[in-house]
Amino acid sequence: MRLERRETVPLALVATAPLVAIFAALVLAAGLIGAAGVNPLSAYAEMLRGALGSRLSITEMLTRATPLILTGLAAAVAFRARLWNIGGEGQFYVGALVTAWIGHSLGLPGPIGVAVLMVCGMAAGAVLLAGPAYLRLRFGVDEVVTTLLLNFIVILFIGLMIEGPLRDPLAFGWPQSVPVDGDYRLPDLVPRTRLHIGLLFAIAAAGVVWLVLTRTVFGVETRAAGLNARAAAFAGISLPRTIMGVALVSGALAGLAGAVEVMGVTGGVTTTMSPGFGYAGIVVAMLAALHPAGVVAAAIFVATVFVGADAMSRATGVPSFIADVIVALSLLTMLVALLFTTYRLRR
Amino acid sequence: MTAVLELSNITKRFGALTANENVSLSLAQGEILALLGENGAGKTTLMNILFGHYEADEGEVRVFGDPLPPGKPRAAIAAGVGMVHQHFTLAGNLTVLENVMLGSEPLGRLRSDTAAARKKLMAISERFGLPVDPDSKVSRLSVGERQRIEILKALYRDARILILDEPTAVLARPEAERLFETLRGMTKDGLSLIFISHKLHEVMAASDRVAVLRGGKMVAERTTALTSPAELAELMVGRRVERPVRQDQSIGAPVLVADRVTVTDDGDTKLDDVSFTVHAGEILGIVGVSGNGQGALGALLSGLMHPSSGTLTLDGIDAGHLGPRGLIRAGAARVPEDRHAEGAVGEMTVWENAVLERLRSTEFSKSGFVRRTDARAHAADLIKRFDVRGASPDTRIRLLSGGNMQKLILGRCLATGPRFLLANQPTRGLDEGAIAAVHAELLAARAEGAAILLISEELEEAVQLSDRIQAIVKGRLSQPVMAGEADSRKLGLMMAGVWEDSDAA
Repeated sequence: MRLERRETVPLALVATAPLVAIFAALVLAAGLIGAAGVNPLSAYAEMLRGALGSRLSITEMLTRATPLILTGLAAAVAFRARLWNIGGEGQFYVGALVTAWIGHSLGLPGPIGVAVLMVCGMAAGAVLLAGPAYLRLRFGVDEVVTTLLLNFIVILFIGLMIEGPLRDPLAFGWPQSVPVDGDYRLPDLVPRTRLHIGLLFAIAAAGVVWLVLTRTVFGVETRAAGLNARAAAFAGISLPRTIMGVALVSGALAGLAGAVEVMGVTGGVTTTMSPGFGYAGIVVAMLAALHPAGVVAAAIFVATVFVGADAMSRATGVPSFIADVIVALSLLTMLVALLFTTYRLRR
Repeated sequence: MTAVLELSNITKRFGALTANENVSLSLAQGEILALLGENGAGKTTLMNILFGHYEADEGEVRVFGDPLPPGKPRAAIAAGVGMVHQHFTLAGNLTVLENVMLGSEPLGRLRSDTAAARKKLMAISERFGLPVDPDSKVSRLSVGERQRIEILKALYRDARILILDEPTAVLARPEAERLFETLRGMTKDGLSLIFISHKLHEVMAASDRVAVLRGGKMVAERTTALTSPAELAELMVGRRVERPVRQDQSIGAPVLVADRVTVTDDGDTKLDDVSFTVHAGEILGIVGVSGNGQGALGALLSGLMHPSSGTLTLDGIDAGHLGPRGLIRAGAARVPEDRHAEGAVGEMTVWENAVLERLRSTEFSKSGFVRRTDARAHAADLIKRFDVRGASPDTRIRLLSGGNMQKLILGRCLATGPRFLLANQPTRGLDEGAIAAVHAELLAARAEGAAILLISEELEEAVQLSDRIQAIVKGRLSQPVMAGEADSRKLGLMMAGVWEDSDAA
């Protein structure tokens, strides 16, 4: 048996790969659910009902999908250029922190303030990734290590801030930062739910990213650099500049996710506000085969699993950690599925 | 004659591609068989099947009468088959002896029996006339010596049948001649040899018998003494192909001038005090054995490396520090040495590759956005003008054949009517038809007044195309000679680094 590269990759194959991968992940996770003494089919039914069964659950799921779209885009943009940004979590948190910090006492009118805060959150995320990108370009330091470790540093730093200077005095001792000014809370998209207009921002961001990647000089150069760095350099594309540009865009998208989450959902920053949005963004990007439109769909899948797992846990007693297992499994199965879109098995 | 090796009715398919179709071949005791064919004819695939790297879909391999189990290199080695790959498989940080022993001892053993191995190696070395120093590190050896180690490695494993894949690809003419002498001596000792080649002259010089592969099929077998280069060429290509001939023309003003340029990389001197001038309407050929500084010269003229001393000027302006895009703007065009690694991004489309170098020019972009319609039209125009087959602007360039990809890259260079063209190994790996097409384009560009620097490892090509020739040896350049005065002996000496006494012009 050996792997053989396909001459062409049929589009239908690329489109079905994530579906097959998700199916395989669900089958594998079914074993674990079964081991917990629950019928996997009824567990998955509960999961679907919990995420999509009512108006409220759908809005909850979309609320959860909003930051995932943005962190997924962040990962997709970086991975296309072979910049392995594992620091989406940290960039999400600095975006959130800066937004809460500045947004608490920013004396600007509502919409302008929101725009300013989004830019601030993006800048914070961009700066956080620029460091590791610089270290890689200048000294060859592996960005997987630096971006991953920065996540922990950022979260510890936030812990420090919300115990100290940014502590919310009205939070009854909860470790939470001061909230953003009420003027900068994002309006609801559906009344009396948590779903806010950040979802529209995220979808718009996917559109913009798609436009940039396919239609601009920067996008084509990024793709060339990611696919064949030597040929790109031969054609006169500056690899350092491309990598740095990609790092700024990727970090900004993850930072935006944090800013939008603070303004749309939490108000202030806590060290537990993200159930791993940054890491799940990597899964989202891979499931989407790094395509911006796919990111939106993949984010909805991952959000369905997360939200549905809570409901399933309540109804069946299977621990909701199964959500993390399913998401992680779907990353692995997707990697295998991607392998089979470019290669075929031959005897 | 007894057949020591028999391949019968071998068929191997890769997806839709049939690499070998019903190929049968036999090798007699003490014979040197040349396996001749163009790139992609299926020579290497066939030998990989014989050696067990690939499994044939149909057919059988017999060694000394016994069938060889398919897909098992170890079984092939045990049966007495040795393979010398085109790209050496030696560990540079180990000594000659360690390299030879590597893989020949059982893994479970705690200590190597170095003394016995040394004794065996020296005995083989003496018997076959292949002198080596078992204790020198492989990284310090020349390519010729490394190849000798590869051969010794096979003999150490008691090979009775030796397969050499393009053994002269990395050797200078004199080294190649010495190699074939050695091989001839080895057959007297009972060894049988197959060597793979696409060079007619060495097939004629060194083999007893020639088997010609074309398109995966065995098209002919000839006794070398009873055939001619012309017949073999026609058999190999399948039709008569004639390369275009250079016409004399007057040469214009100097366009690209290198004056005592030195290029260093990480402290290593890659180009050492080289000077050359390329005039308008002239092709200057740089010949040399691979790995003597051609890479650095190509990188310098592509804008990827910069002179650490000396000056490089293009039409009088300093061109040493322009970078790729600056050079292109100044009127240079570049055909890279390796079209897959440098010339094209395989997963991108033809149109994207066609404009990649000039993406930021106003012709193909406007305020950061790519002018896709214009870029596609440009690609379509190149496809038509340079006869690129099997491509539309939206085809992924990876799917093009080597010749068609090269025509596109050449087209990308020539479309702008460049003042200077770097053609770095422009025909490497191409078949005769494509070579003729590339040569015709280069000569047409010359006729239009372009100054062309041709870097080539094919002497024949350099002599056919160039007006003047310089040899590159260990990063240094010889004085130029007129192509008309250069015979292969003189060029061979130049490529071996012997020029001071004969050409102190």
